[in-house]
Amino acid sequence: MTTEHAQQAEHALTPSNYIAHHLTFNAHPLGDGGFWTLHVDTLVTSVVLGLLVMGLVWWVARGATAGVPTKRQAFVELVFGFVDDQVKNIFHGDRHSFIAPTALTVFLWVFAMNAMDFLPVDIFAKFMHSLGFDTWRAVPTSDINTTFALALAVWFLMIFFSIKAKGLGGWIHELFCSPFGSKIWVWPANFLFNMIEYVSKPLSHSLRLFGNMYAGEVIFLLLGLWAATGLTGTVAAAVLGAGWSIFHILIVALQAFIFMMLTVVYLAMAHESH
Amino acid sequence: MNINFTLVAQAIAFAVLIWFTVKFVWPPLLKAIETRQKEIADGLAAAQEGRSALEVAAKKSEATLNEAKQKATEIIGQAEKRATQIVEEAKTNAKVEGDRIIAGAKAEIDQEVNRAKEGLRAQVSSLAVAGAEKILRKEIDAKAHSDMLSKLAAEL
Repeated sequence: MTTEHAQQAEHALTPSNYIAHHLTFNAHPLGDGGFWTLHVDTLVTSVVLGLLVMGLVWWVARGATAGVPTKRQAFVELVFGFVDDQVKNIFHGDRHSFIAPTALTVFLWVFAMNAMDFLPVDIFAKFMHSLGFDTWRAVPTSDINTTFALALAVWFLMIFFSIKAKGLGGWIHELFCSPFGSKIWVWPANFLFNMIEYVSKPLSHSLRLFGNMYAGEVIFLLLGLWAATGLTGTVAAAVLGAGWSIFHILIVALQAFIFMMLTVVYLAMAHESH
Repeated sequence: MNINFTLVAQAIAFAVLIWFTVKFVWPPLLKAIETRQKEIADGLAAAQEGRSALEVAAKKSEATLNEAKQKATEIIGQAEKRATQIVEEAKTNAKVEGDRIIAGAKAEIDQEVNRAKEGLRAQVSSLAVAGAEKILRKEIDAKAHSDMLSKLAAEL
């Protein structure tokens, strides 16, 4: 739990130092810095988690039998069926060639990245410190780069599928002629609406996940701070930390689910013409 | 907020993961599940078929059983009838045979009686000849009177 924060107080850290330290990325400049910076912690953690989760599923899928499934296979099929059902309800095309596998990837990967929040912040930080990394943020989805990367990738896919389904002309026609109709004097309004939609989609998609995970992390840090203020604070922070962790199980799963659902909805909408 | 190159790296990682799932994870799972679904559906259909087949077979066996029972009753009836017939026939035959035997016996008896009569006749005639011989002695020529005597014997 969070009692180990008491140790942190002995190092005479100020609260702002403590929080700032935990929210600092392991940034690695590529050349000029600025945009050309790489968050090594975010990238390594997310890639490791992605390989781990999809590798596990792949390992089970490779040995999948059509006969009586093992418990392991049954569990994977449970997740598979859950994702497939959601996609089936939203998207009515050939979902198996791309959209459903994408939804599975998004769900499992985002879930795994969110689930890093369950690890006690300070124990994980100490562990990474012992490996020689002074700063290491554990939750890749509390990095706006991750959520924005996913949302932008989905955004590009959305435009790609939109053009693929309607043709380039059809897509441009839709930009100007929906939702208010094809009369020339409503073109500007239509275009403005569509632009707002295209801008707001990736923003809301990415910021929702980022905000939830970032806030969750900050609350763990605040509880850690409280735990450093003495016995009462330690007990209170331990109890509240446990409560927040349990509640966080819901948030982690829910945000992964929402992110997946929005991905599917956006991609399905791209296939529909107005 | 610090947007930086991490975004590009993450997007690439995302693309690779999607490619991996599309290519290697989704198809085998889908295949396994769809095959199992088909197998279960086939199994259920086969069970349904088997149940109706069983019903048909039960009906058929019942019909066969009834038919067999009916046939058996018929055969028993026929056998009884035949038995009666045989008994009747035997009775008739026995009666005929009995009558025949009786008639034969009667004929034989008549024959015996006739033969006895013949014998007696012959003996009577010779006795009569011997008696007459003793009575008449020399007067009577056996040769001259034998015709008369045999005529007498025939009249007996």
